[in-house]
Amino acid sequence: MKVVEIKNLTVKYPDVKALDNVSFEVNEGDFLGIIGPNGAGKSTLFAAMLGLHTDYEGTINFFGKDIRKSKNYLKQIGYVPQKPIFEKNFPVTVKDVVRMGLQNKSDADRIDEILQQLWIHELGDRRIGELSGGQQQRVFIAKALVHKPKLMILDEPVTGIDQQSIELFYSILRELNSKQNITIIWSSHDLDAVNQLANHVACLNRTLFFHGESEDFFSNDDLVKQYSEASMQEHMHHH
Amino acid sequence: MSFEILTYGFMHRALISGIAIAILCSVVGLFLVLRRYSLFGDAIAHASFGGVAVGLLAGVYPLWTAYAVSIVSALVITKIKDRFNISGDASVAVLLSSGIAIGLVIIGLSGGFTLDIFSFLFGSILLVSVDDTILVLFLTVGILIVIALLFRQLIYSTFNEEQAKVSGIPVEKINYLIVFMAGITVVTSIQLVGVLLISALFVIPNVSAIMYGRGFKQTAIISVSFSIFSVVAGIFVSYVFDITPAGTIVLISIGLLAGTMGIKASGLLSKN
Repeated sequence: MKVVEIKNLTVKYPDVKALDNVSFEVNEGDFLGIIGPNGAGKSTLFAAMLGLHTDYEGTINFFGKDIRKSKNYLKQIGYVPQKPIFEKNFPVTVKDVVRMGLQNKSDADRIDEILQQLWIHELGDRRIGELSGGQQQRVFIAKALVHKPKLMILDEPVTGIDQQSIELFYSILRELNSKQNITIIWSSHDLDAVNQLANHVACLNRTLFFHGESEDFFSNDDLVKQYSEASMQEHMHHH
Repeated sequence: MSFEILTYGFMHRALISGIAIAILCSVVGLFLVLRRYSLFGDAIAHASFGGVAVGLLAGVYPLWTAYAVSIVSALVITKIKDRFNISGDASVAVLLSSGIAIGLVIIGLSGGFTLDIFSFLFGSILLVSVDDTILVLFLTVGILIVIALLFRQLIYSTFNEEQAKVSGIPVEKINYLIVFMAGITVVTSIQLVGVLLISALFVIPNVSAIMYGRGFKQTAIISVSFSIFSVVAGIFVSYVFDITPAGTIVLISIGLLAGTMGIKASGLLSKN
């Protein structure tokens, strides 16, 4: 079953085309890693897919329906942002935050279940602002998972998090995809991690210059080199 | 001090409407404080000055025009703020000054009113009528029901707008709802503390409670408790010593805040 179907997606900003004629599909059970340098349009792509950016050309279908017609598809998605922004003193506990993700009150049992699954059940009554970056991120994954989404969308969600938490995070993603058959779309800078986790790869740099099986990408030295150079330039540009 | 004062009808009305307003202000105020919108209540209160003047000029009961003008202008300023990307504090300043300006001009045009400006500015809780008390109770129950029904949407869009949107919550509508509820709450509360001190009821108990509470509901309960204590104690103390109730209520809540900060500074209140 096609979970996501994007056709000829173009997003224009006043001075630049952020996305140019991007088309791809994601099938049920896929684990898609989206790679590309900063400014490649990954965040724009996600904003369009999540209904935050509505000024685009082309079509985006989720579960076979055009997202312009109904926002109901959002209820089947769990989204984990790059770095969740919130007031540090905001008086909410970990459980409060996870509860925000619940679509039906009757699923309240899921809160404890999901906290256990992510190894944060002992933090349930702590204020969110007191936790470390890695712990907070697991809370936001819990929030994204509590309503049993069919699809998870994660936007470079390891920025500023310690190595141990990253490893744990990757093993959680792998389990969600392989054991619970949750489709995952995940943007990342970490090529090794994409190689290990994803079964599909999309290379984005305003246009989509590769989309296919992970093996086909990583066995093609030219493509890998091309991507590495692009991200290396980006890296040097930044320092 | 005797308990004789508890037998007076005006005291019953003052306590009942005072407690209702205390609950309303601290619950609605918690959302405003967490949205960094603490002075919005103040701005709406000043807009209501314009509304009262309109009512007096038109010969309509001023409370109704105060509701209408305050709520409409608060919604309009919110729309303008979003449309033209004006910052929250600047939009508060615009709303606040335009309300006062409209009121002053209308009063000037009509050659002046015999408006009881003192009770409008500083409240007159001991003069609350039976009808006003019923109205206060009705609005309090109504707003609390709305908050209970939309609790997840309200707290989620306050916590993180973008993520709330991605969860399918109609964040813009929720924002307008909060502004609408704040408008009703402010105009209703003017009777208790007046225009000048309205922010105190919205903000001070919540600032104290945020230091104590871990979760949202716990924080709201602590805030409501502080608020009720301040209002009830303020009404009694002011009656016994024959001083202004509004000022006394606000000073007591400031005392609770100072105590909270003292406890926190001494390390007795751990972060966890």
